[in-house]
Amino acid sequence: MIRFMIRRLLQSVLVIFGVTLVTFLAMHMGGDPTYLYVNEHASDAEIAATRAALGFDQPLPVQYLHFAEGILHGDMGTSLTYRTPAVDVVLRHFPATLELTLFALVVALVLAIPLGVMAAMRRGTPVDGGIMLFAMVGQSIPSFWLGIMLILAVGLGLRWLPISGRVPVLDPIFAGDIAGGIANIPHAIPYLIMPGMTIAFFTLARTTRLVRSSMLEVLSQDYVRTARSKGLSELRVVGYHAMRNAMLPVVTMLGLEMGFLLSGVVVVETIFSWPGVGRLVFNAINHRDIPLVQAAVILFSVTFLVLNLAVDLLYAQLDPRIRLHS
Amino acid sequence: MTTMTSSSSTASALPVRRSAARRMWRSLYRAKWPLLALAILTVLILAAAFGPLLAPHDPNRQDIIARLKPPFSSAHRGHVYFVLGTDGLGRDVLARLLYGARISLIVGLVSVFVGGVIGTMLGTLAGYFGGWIDDTLMRIADIQLAFPFILLAIIFMLVLGPGMMNLILVLGIGQWVTYARIARGQTMLQREKEYIEAARALGQKTPGILFSGILPNILSPLVIIGSFNIASVILSEAALSFLGLGVPTTTPTWGGMLAESRDQLLAGRWWLAVFPGVAIMLTVLSFNLLGDWFRDFLDPRLANEN
Repeated sequence: MIRFMIRRLLQSVLVIFGVTLVTFLAMHMGGDPTYLYVNEHASDAEIAATRAALGFDQPLPVQYLHFAEGILHGDMGTSLTYRTPAVDVVLRHFPATLELTLFALVVALVLAIPLGVMAAMRRGTPVDGGIMLFAMVGQSIPSFWLGIMLILAVGLGLRWLPISGRVPVLDPIFAGDIAGGIANIPHAIPYLIMPGMTIAFFTLARTTRLVRSSMLEVLSQDYVRTARSKGLSELRVVGYHAMRNAMLPVVTMLGLEMGFLLSGVVVVETIFSWPGVGRLVFNAINHRDIPLVQAAVILFSVTFLVLNLAVDLLYAQLDPRIRLHS
Repeated sequence: MTTMTSSSSTASALPVRRSAARRMWRSLYRAKWPLLALAILTVLILAAAFGPLLAPHDPNRQDIIARLKPPFSSAHRGHVYFVLGTDGLGRDVLARLLYGARISLIVGLVSVFVGGVIGTMLGTLAGYFGGWIDDTLMRIADIQLAFPFILLAIIFMLVLGPGMMNLILVLGIGQWVTYARIARGQTMLQREKEYIEAARALGQKTPGILFSGILPNILSPLVIIGSFNIASVILSEAALSFLGLGVPTTTPTWGGMLAESRDQLLAGRWWLAVFPGVAIMLTVLSFNLLGDWFRDFLDPRLANEN
């Protein structure tokens, strides 16, 4: 187990190295980044001074080492629009995004598992067909369009839910006020439903298909037949014996799905004016605030890696075969 | 699989191929949904190809008098008619949809091709030679798979600037890993087969073995993956265009149209948001349905996995 953990940790370090290298090179591919920091009326002398001050006159490998060293100290450059450290700006918006993503993940799982199990148990019937068609359509709808349609129909048409705004839950919790954060949950949910559903939809559709196929696979196994022939109730066979093993692939996918959810926030947060990192990135794109985008991409990647690491460890706990194979 | 191997035999190639086409058609006909998907895609491809002939108006012509017309309305005292309405600058929504179809289809197909060629080439090399080539490529693949690609696409498009070539390149490179991993695994299986050994014993050169020996036999899973990826690439293209990071915003795209529709949402101009979204959804859904069917057709063993 310890060897497995060390291996995965080393892999993660390698990936973070890759992410920082790529984001670093990306910034330099667009030409001399000095021009991002000076205004268009700057004289040649001013440009040269800025270039030297920011270290852009040094060879690329040296610059990368400085960049990497900065990241280790939590310094990812200064945001061009906010004029403050990019990391701080991103971290300030992070709880809102985490809250939305977690909500979306819960929504997706709570709906996908029963739908997938139902489709598997009624295989070949109209119920199965209907659920699979829903999943197929769900995988084909662009999330941002779904968001716009929800705003039009549910927000503006029916006036059931607010189309923008947020009641913070995680911010007070991170600040130490746990009771205050929990007390906010009932007020936060109406604001979370539409953006949460929008982000969750693709994952919901894909996970439904995954649950169905893995359930079908498990249901054809010998031990399920044994359980049935022992005379156990169908509920016990499916809910207990089959479910435990059918969930393994779903757990594996969780980490990856979290990544899809995180990358979905850029467009969805923009549509619902959700004050998170996604909308921040969108605005930074429009202002060509590359250091801010860079910081957000790196932080997203690190979050994604940490989550995947956690999922892998959880998986190794659930399925001893994984530990032995590595 | 059978279609691939049979088409490479020369003597009876024609009748075999014809029956393969018939089998394909019969399978399509039985499955119904994919047939509908094929019909939608055919219409779409025709619309994209003949867009300039079909479009009632120039997609970029602005017309202040005819701005924000709802669908099925006219302007200029009934002289100009708009089937799907006009946007905030008086541009015809239908014409813009037709031109947008071109971007989505071209970017979708070409970038899948680019990614497929790069991935297959690298994967086959890695699988055939093994050793350090394999190790290096697979480590790079692991790194790329380990974080959500759309974020990288955002940063690259931001730096490279909007443009069709950049978009195709970024989206193509984004997919190479999927093809490379499969090509590698398949190549490793084929490498040990007797026919490759025989080819080697007969003195065939390595490029020849790779191209005419291995490639035809590993192609079908790659084609299946490719047919699914078209759908997800079109979604990514729409998302990037929505963010203003696709082709230049002067070119009409479905994602770009959705982005512009946001300003008119509160005023209830629903048609600006509904039509481009429906277009994206139908296209992606059709590619997904067809990909599903195609997988079952080429490899029935996988049929249970959907």
